[in-house]
Amino acid sequence: MRKTRFNELHKRLGGKMIEFCGWEMPVEYSGIITEHMAVRTKAGLFDVSHMGEVLVTGKQALAYVQWLTPNDAARLAPGQVQYTALMTPESTFVDDMLVYCIGPEEYFLVVNAANVDKDFAWIAGHTKGFDVKVENQSDAYSQLALQGPLAEKILQPLTDIALSGIKSFHWAKGKVLGKHCLVSRTGYTGEDGFEIYTMDPDPGIIWTTLIEKGTPLGLLPIGLGARDTLRLESKLMLYGNDISDKTTVLEADLKWIVKLQKGDFLGRPVVEKQLAEGLRRKLVGFELAEPGVARPHYPVYVKGQKVSEVASGTFSPLLKKAIGLVYLPIEAAVVGAEFEIEIRTKKAKAKVIPTPFYKRTDKK
Amino acid sequence: MYPNDFRYTKEHEWIKVAGDEALIGITDFAQHQLGDIIYVELPPVGKELAVRQSISVVESVKSVSDVYAPFSGQVVAVNDELAQTADLINKDPHGKGWIVRLKIKDKKEIDGLMTAGDYEKFLEGLEH
Repeated sequence: MRKTRFNELHKRLGGKMIEFCGWEMPVEYSGIITEHMAVRTKAGLFDVSHMGEVLVTGKQALAYVQWLTPNDAARLAPGQVQYTALMTPESTFVDDMLVYCIGPEEYFLVVNAANVDKDFAWIAGHTKGFDVKVENQSDAYSQLALQGPLAEKILQPLTDIALSGIKSFHWAKGKVLGKHCLVSRTGYTGEDGFEIYTMDPDPGIIWTTLIEKGTPLGLLPIGLGARDTLRLESKLMLYGNDISDKTTVLEADLKWIVKLQKGDFLGRPVVEKQLAEGLRRKLVGFELAEPGVARPHYPVYVKGQKVSEVASGTFSPLLKKAIGLVYLPIEAAVVGAEFEIEIRTKKAKAKVIPTPFYKRTDKK
Repeated sequence: MYPNDFRYTKEHEWIKVAGDEALIGITDFAQHQLGDIIYVELPPVGKELAVRQSISVVESVKSVSDVYAPFSGQVVAVNDELAQTADLINKDPHGKGWIVRLKIKDKKEIDGLMTAGDYEKFLEGLEH
């Protein structure tokens, strides 16, 4: 199993370690609910070094990124970040990702741990005809996420970057505890917070100092368990559950990352076709009307007919009810519509509700 | 950690015998493995259970697990407090977090269950 540069520190803090995408990662430290609520009310620190990083450079870096993604990377000025996707010609997902504009000829792509090798093969396999160089830098990078309303207060004394100057989906380079870092106001929790990238070979001091300085303010180390409940409450996609190479960007209800006016891109004809003909199914949020938890792959029925399986499903620590995401036939994919989920042996009632399930109010 | 007067199963249930009845719960090891428990499905009082039949379903945030009857018997009581506070199993797995009380059909089935010493050895084996 692969280990991040913080592995020993997780074990020292009592992290319960599991295998995830070939990495030994902490799934929880103090308990999923406690960790979840710490991020919603104070702060939490995540090791997300298993994520992948790919650098695209060259004269045609922008044109190349534009070809591979549905969102409009031309709108990015250096210092900005965008949520987008690597799309197949069928407008399904190779992966979802963040694109950082470093400069007019330099873009930094952050992809999912589960897909690093596949993504890099895809990226490297589509450079033909573009004057670009692509480099998989995943092994060199460590990444931490500091999330929660107190994130800025905890991080500011430890960095020379003026954090209040970094708006949501922006980044800056500077030093954190003397280590060269790229810091962006991004995350996978629905809270304010930062993602900190460093190529420093010995970044442990960033983790230990954030824990030391943050703990008196209520910061906790957070495992993959709460990472999943936090992202789902905020309806942030999980590749393999909610999106995949079998689901299109429109079916995933991610029309907002498709910018047709930007010109041609991989998958565009299928997007246009689906826009013209309408969708057959769509990803929606649901809540369970009965006790229990609807987990991924549980069968889903509309009017007695099996139509799909639960994509993501969990107990929401904040809302204290079972929530999830599911692809439903378009006629059933409307807020208020009722359907059934087979939980082990019995069918439980569920209802389509508006998403995101949680949205913070103090948006920066 | 594991009370000496309890018996245990490889599925991580504990059994506390009192006369011809026994309380059943899940062990501290099991609650720790499951993490935050949020919901417990309880059987109806009066239900007859065969050995190894599912008694109850315990849902935590991250997983779901069956609790099996360690011996055959009839449900005489269930822990109603778990309906509101399922995390009693996390907080006090060997006490207030009990799940059901069964009337024992055949005491010989109890004799075959692990002692605290056996169970601790069994757990050591799991960690290697």
